[in-house]
Amino acid sequence: MTFLNQHLLTLILFFPLLAAVIVLLLPKGKLSLIRWTAFGLSLVPFALSVYLWILFDPAKSGFQFEVQYTWYAALNSTLHLGVDGLSLTMVLLTTLLTPIAILASFNISDRLRAYMFLFLALETGMLGVFLALDLLIFFVFWEVGLVPMYFLINQWGSEKGDREMWKGAVVQARNYASLKFMIYTMAGSLGLLLAIQLLGVLFQTYDLPTLTGKWTALEGTLLGLPVATVKTVAFWAFVIAFAIKVPVWPFHTWLPDAHTEAPTAGSMILAGVLLKLGAYGFLRLVLPLYPAESAKYAGALAFLAVMAIVFGAFASYGQKDFKRLVAYSSVNHMGFVVLGIAAAAKAAGTLDANIALNGAVLQMFNHGLSAAGMFFLVGVLYERTHTRNLDDFGGLFPLVPVYGGILIFTSMASLGLPGLNGFVSEFLVVRGSWPILTVYTAIAMIGLLFTGAYILKGIKQVLHGPLNEHWAHGEHKLTEISPREIVVMAPLMVLILVIGVYPAWILEIINKAVMMLF
Amino acid sequence: MATETFIWLLPLPPLLAFFLIVLFTNKNKALSHGVAVGAAALSWLGSMIVFIQALGVEEFGKHVFESTINWLPTGETWLQIGVRIDPLGAAVLFFVAWTVLMIFIYSIGYHNFGQPAGDHDHPGLPPHGATITDAHGHKHTVPSVEPMYSRFFAFIGLFAFGMYTLVVSNNLLTLFVGWEIMGLCSYLLIGFWYGKPSARNAAIKAFMTTRIGDVFMLLGIAWLYSYTGSLSFSEIFRPEVLENMGNTMAFARLAHSLPGVWPFLSGFSVAGAIGILLFIGTIGKSAQWPLHVWLPDAMEGPTPVSAMIHAATMVSAGVYAAIRMFPLLHADQSGYALTVVAFIGAFTALFAATIAVAQNDIKRVLAYSTISQLGFMIAALGIGAYVAAAFHLVTHAFFKALLFLGSGSVIHGMEHGVLHTGNHHVDPQDMFNMGGLRKKMPITFWTFLIGGFALSGFPVITAGFWSKDEILADAFAHGHWAVFITLAVAAFLTAFYTMRQITLTFLGEPRTEEARHAQETPWTMTAPLVVLAFFAVTYGWVGIPEHFPLLGGLVPNWFHEFVGSTLAEHPEAAPFSPIPLLTSLGVALGGLFFGWLVYRNVKSPAEDKLQIPVLKNKWYFDEAYDFLFVKPSYWLAEKFTYLFLDRGVIDGILHSVARFSLFLGHAFRNYFDKPVVNELIGDGTANLVKTSGQKLRYIQVGRVQSYMLVSTFVLVLFAVLYYFLLA
Amino acid sequence: MQFPFLSVIVFLPAAVALVILLYKPEWKKAIRWTALAAGLVALVLSFWVYFAYDKAAGGYQFIEKYDWMPMLGISLHFGVDGMSVPLILLTGVVMFTGVLISWGIEDRPREFFAFLFILASGVFGVFASLDLFMLFFFYEIAVFPMYLLIAIWGWVRTREYAAMKLTLYLFVGSVISLIGALVMYFTSGQHTFDMLVLATAQFTPEFQKTWFLPVFLGFAVLGGIFPFHNWSPDGHVAAPTAVSMFHAGVLMKLGAFAALRVGIMLLPEGAKFWSPLIMSLALVNIVYGAFIASVQTDFKYVIGFSSVSHMGLVAMGFATLNRDGMIGAGLQMFSHGVMTALFFAVVGMVYDRAHTREIPKLGGMVKPLPLPAIGLIVGSLVSMGMPGFSGFIAEFPIFRGIWGTERWWMAIIAAVSIVVTASYVLLVARKVFFGAMPAEFEGHISPINVFDKIALVLLMAFMIGIGLFPALMVPWVQTGVDRILALLGGA
Repeated sequence: MTFLNQHLLTLILFFPLLAAVIVLLLPKGKLSLIRWTAFGLSLVPFALSVYLWILFDPAKSGFQFEVQYTWYAALNSTLHLGVDGLSLTMVLLTTLLTPIAILASFNISDRLRAYMFLFLALETGMLGVFLALDLLIFFVFWEVGLVPMYFLINQWGSEKGDREMWKGAVVQARNYASLKFMIYTMAGSLGLLLAIQLLGVLFQTYDLPTLTGKWTALEGTLLGLPVATVKTVAFWAFVIAFAIKVPVWPFHTWLPDAHTEAPTAGSMILAGVLLKLGAYGFLRLVLPLYPAESAKYAGALAFLAVMAIVFGAFASYGQKDFKRLVAYSSVNHMGFVVLGIAAAAKAAGTLDANIALNGAVLQMFNHGLSAAGMFFLVGVLYERTHTRNLDDFGGLFPLVPVYGGILIFTSMASLGLPGLNGFVSEFLVVRGSWPILTVYTAIAMIGLLFTGAYILKGIKQVLHGPLNEHWAHGEHKLTEISPREIVVMAPLMVLILVIGVYPAWILEIINKAVMMLF
Repeated sequence: MATETFIWLLPLPPLLAFFLIVLFTNKNKALSHGVAVGAAALSWLGSMIVFIQALGVEEFGKHVFESTINWLPTGETWLQIGVRIDPLGAAVLFFVAWTVLMIFIYSIGYHNFGQPAGDHDHPGLPPHGATITDAHGHKHTVPSVEPMYSRFFAFIGLFAFGMYTLVVSNNLLTLFVGWEIMGLCSYLLIGFWYGKPSARNAAIKAFMTTRIGDVFMLLGIAWLYSYTGSLSFSEIFRPEVLENMGNTMAFARLAHSLPGVWPFLSGFSVAGAIGILLFIGTIGKSAQWPLHVWLPDAMEGPTPVSAMIHAATMVSAGVYAAIRMFPLLHADQSGYALTVVAFIGAFTALFAATIAVAQNDIKRVLAYSTISQLGFMIAALGIGAYVAAAFHLVTHAFFKALLFLGSGSVIHGMEHGVLHTGNHHVDPQDMFNMGGLRKKMPITFWTFLIGGFALSGFPVITAGFWSKDEILADAFAHGHWAVFITLAVAAFLTAFYTMRQITLTFLGEPRTEEARHAQETPWTMTAPLVVLAFFAVTYGWVGIPEHFPLLGGLVPNWFHEFVGSTLAEHPEAAPFSPIPLLTSLGVALGGLFFGWLVYRNVKSPAEDKLQIPVLKNKWYFDEAYDFLFVKPSYWLAEKFTYLFLDRGVIDGILHSVARFSLFLGHAFRNYFDKPVVNELIGDGTANLVKTSGQKLRYIQVGRVQSYMLVSTFVLVLFAVLYYFLLA
Repeated sequence: MQFPFLSVIVFLPAAVALVILLYKPEWKKAIRWTALAAGLVALVLSFWVYFAYDKAAGGYQFIEKYDWMPMLGISLHFGVDGMSVPLILLTGVVMFTGVLISWGIEDRPREFFAFLFILASGVFGVFASLDLFMLFFFYEIAVFPMYLLIAIWGWVRTREYAAMKLTLYLFVGSVISLIGALVMYFTSGQHTFDMLVLATAQFTPEFQKTWFLPVFLGFAVLGGIFPFHNWSPDGHVAAPTAVSMFHAGVLMKLGAFAALRVGIMLLPEGAKFWSPLIMSLALVNIVYGAFIASVQTDFKYVIGFSSVSHMGLVAMGFATLNRDGMIGAGLQMFSHGVMTALFFAVVGMVYDRAHTREIPKLGGMVKPLPLPAIGLIVGSLVSMGMPGFSGFIAEFPIFRGIWGTERWWMAIIAAVSIVVTASYVLLVARKVFFGAMPAEFEGHISPINVFDKIALVLLMAFMIGIGLFPALMVPWVQTGVDRILALLGGA
């Protein structure tokens, strides 16, 4: 038991990798064995992180369950792990969504072992980012996470569809999407990488707590330039890296492609967790490392966030492809996260900032739930009909009442209906940023309005309308959502409702962490 | 159990019913409506208990029932939510409980419980009737039961939950929660027959239009919260807080930066601005101009829904919220806020009335009359007639619910006729297809008559008279002439179109075969009518002004005392004056008389002089909005944002970066690597190889020099570069 | 007198080569097994040396010294430090895997393996010898068989051309540095080629400044430094698989290593003076190589130019003359060695089956060749500097090294290559192994044999192992670097 408590984070972090290897060693043909093993093993990290949640003491300041192992002595980089309220929430989200996603991909049978391997490896990658307290380690996991997702998209993504980049350059959509995702993120991270190198050279350490103190205190000249300038540049390097991941307008165009082409479970994780990495980067690195710059450029950040909110909603409303519609909704929702962060950056330390940040973090969690749910539901429909075109649907409600009900419920969550989780976080963000960034918040309301528009459009185009004869009978007959798929949705829906009605249980943890962040 | 704790429970039964039906009983119709009605009854019982206890409390306005809990941690502090029943709340709770229960019961009959399943009914479409064979082998077509019977009760259950939550909440947040949940339910219920394109569009229209209001309301809430640090009424309505908000300029900076440009805006105090933001929410919810367009289309829903949305709950909720926020609006020193409210209200009252005159659909007439009546309340609020507004809210809820259910009953009766004749082209809702129904459906007729008179403000006996009269009296007493006159005219029109409706529907002779075969509806539908009719008459008597001739003082003006005590300083009852009284008498009776006179023997729309296109087409607001907002926004969404901005510009830039790097690669290889670094030497070597085969001995000298030349040349280049640039 | 590991490692391959030459050409089986056995022994020994090397003590170890030409002060002087020990291991690994990969050679395997082993001896010799003359001696030994291997077993179309070109470049390069070396020999006045002695010879700064460039660049040619890189891609393309592995995997390191030993360690002042120039050249290597590689359609050319880019990083690391940079360079030499070895092994496997290296013509190879596919993916991740693989461990310090100099902006430019590399390696991997397989290959692609598998797994193991646990190699390199820094006066 003591061993468990001492190495809890290490176990949570590396168990998925172990599981991945185990899955790889299973006999090739035994599909259901592979599925259930992967699923069963993926529950272990979840159980552990629930245990972690219970042991975690929100009252204590700073990081808990810290562990430190030497990794790259020559660069003074250590495998330094620890959790505070922020990372804890994200860890819970990750470990929760992974089993769900694995359960959601039970219909996969092509190269199943590789698929499951990548999925579990991906989990380790994501957890690493949330747990790392060492800048280099953070970056390591940040990049590593790309690889599995890249292969998931271009190996198991949707076969159909092409994309013309320019005259004559037509590529298969999933290849286009996966490469765009990978290269765009890597290119975006270059600045981050260089900045990290610079920091390392300067202070000969990558330990975040130490680094924060030294870097913020640094003054004078550096590289022949005034430190302020260097900091500003480095600040933007960080911001761009994370902004692409979040994604913030105008760096968002990889997202609809990646989400649309990825396999269902891939989109779930992509929207559910991967986007959070970016936002988490803002919270864990940008705000602490660049308090002054963040405050200075909060306006610009807020502007981009609002653009994301508004244009995200518009673009989503303009879609004919159901999955793309949902994908753009992520842009819209993550915009609120960034808006909250910007507000907090501008007025760090005030109550408003605190509230805004609470909202932002909670929004990260909530969006994880609802977006994953939405993508799964789109997948359920796609798997049966092999089309995502909204015009092919309509009038499905009589055929699949249960599915319809679940779809409406989840849509309402993502619409931000009071009583469900989305509202709480969006309300907090709006409330927090109103006094700080009044005009931007006001403009963001347009986005909020159109959120309604596209959600309702989705429901209308899919469920409503006269009974759809094409899917009603014959070989096209649309089958009702299966028990397994309901089991996938159940935990999400329960959490959506619980957080909507009584958010305090999770918000208390977040709140404490946010208060300590400043 | 303490009343405070008890109040927490009021909204729960319908919610429970919702979940029970959705998860378990949805297969079983009887069980489902049993659960739903049972839940409604429970909430009703609870509400009555609370209401009676409230009556028992001395100076209830001072000692309200309230209890709170921590909900959201915000830094060191908490955002609290809780329940509160004060006089206003109690009054609203009373009518909500009654109407909701009645509507639940009514729905059973309305959806043809106990009738056979339809021959070719689909979920998502209204039932078309079923063919049965009686003992003698004759085939009859009878109404068929609603295919989604259980689902309906689930939805209205959730709806009721929303309304109760809104009423019992002591703070804006939970009020907003209930508010939005009702929004969702109205969406689900208006689109209940989602198979009909008209229905699904109406549903979206309703949701989006109200959402416009909600978005502003959310801003208002955020502002209020960040300004006062609380959302509970008891906090934000503390006099000192209100005073502070009333005296601070909201747009000080704006006014300063553009002096004199926005004199109106800059006049606003924080209280006023917040008040208006919240009031915009009301405009949406209560379908006030210019956000009124959704409500008439909402008639697509089943009739009980219309009653629910238009009379009992949702639109009332809007007004209720506005009344709640009255102190805020009132605190605005500039007085602009209330002016805006008064204007919107009065304008809407008249505007909607004019449209109602030209409608032929029995439900649409009522819909517009609702908008108009809500206008009355809002206007009343705008002129500071707090109690009058509340009073009209209550009475209107009763008689309008009655009217809607009545009209539903009429339609139901007509559908009987339609099924009998089998001619489905006859619209059972068009009043010109009716006539003479008083004989066929007596109960419906008499109750509808009562409701209609109440709506028109038929003197003395009907509730509508007292409430409407109080509004006019107030307007007059405080010298708001514009409002007074506008409302008077609107009142006249109200009486007029009401009588038009009654005449066309019930009086005269049946104008169609269907009307001739219409028949009275089952007790589950008529009983609620009777109950509501009772209140439509009696509820007016609790608010008779003291100084009213003859009747004044016989019964104390309980309502004014009771509800008035909600406010910090008790509002004065308007002093009596004959002018408003005579006005209201005049307009009511005059309107009724003319309505009868004009329409008593109009046979078809052609003979109707008032079918003026601009009125018939609701002043073309739908068309205008479609052109101004709906179409542009879709263009903006698809063409501009997605295709142009994302696909065109942003992706275009990314792709060109990719292209450029490829171009660089080619350039390096083909214009430098091959010709300079490679060819010059490569060829030389190659030729050499050709000529002298494998003999290495001869090679070096000349060729090597030629090679070294080039390379060293490049090298020197760099050395120079280094000396001049890097060193 | 402990067991003479180094001389055994150095001379064993040559000896085996001679033995093999005594075999009858028909005894192919025997030849192969002998070769394999020799390769295994060399591998084991190099492992032994690697792990037996005392990191704590650092400095030169396993020293052996035998007089050879006393009157000229030439002696057979072996010894390894932290810099060379990983390269010994690398050579062992590449030699072993090279033998495994070449199992299928039918055309005169006797001579093939003989030459390969002579080559190996030469390489080992360069890494191990502490005597300047001997270094050159082994250097030429290493280069000569290369010529024959390419000219005889290479790709028919370009082999003469490429072989000739390669030999020209390398001989010329070595000649130039040899001149430099001789000058040192005479100027030092010590009458010895012993580098340990020469290192203490206190050459005047002027002398160092004058002679550093020729010496360094002469060797750097073999390291593929711009603008002398061109022999290398052509050579790769022409060479048979195992030779390409040696060529890119080890031979290019030979250049870099010699440039370090003779250039930087003997003429530190010169190094300091010229480091900006070297850095700029290296910078061109890095970016230029990457961009050119990104537009190649020939599988081998892609890797050839990516090697140019990666070797540029090595030169860059050395040229920074600071701790981070040099550590990175040392690691990069090893990492790049195994990586390209793996790449060429995979290319060979695909080529032997599809008989084309034109990437657009290939596709869907993952089904018949799963392991090579994984190998190529791992290699790609290494070459794009993906964390968790040896490439990152090596490149990251190099970049840090650049940040440590006044020319920090070079880091920003060089970083571009990371993305370019990523884009093309990913594309190549996908086009060759995934997507639809062209009809003509259906059923013609035979699975790889167990030897290939062993080779691939071994190479991958190194890349991932070091990537996850830098401690497996960094400390060795670190000790080597500390010595060099000491020579540079702790620069």
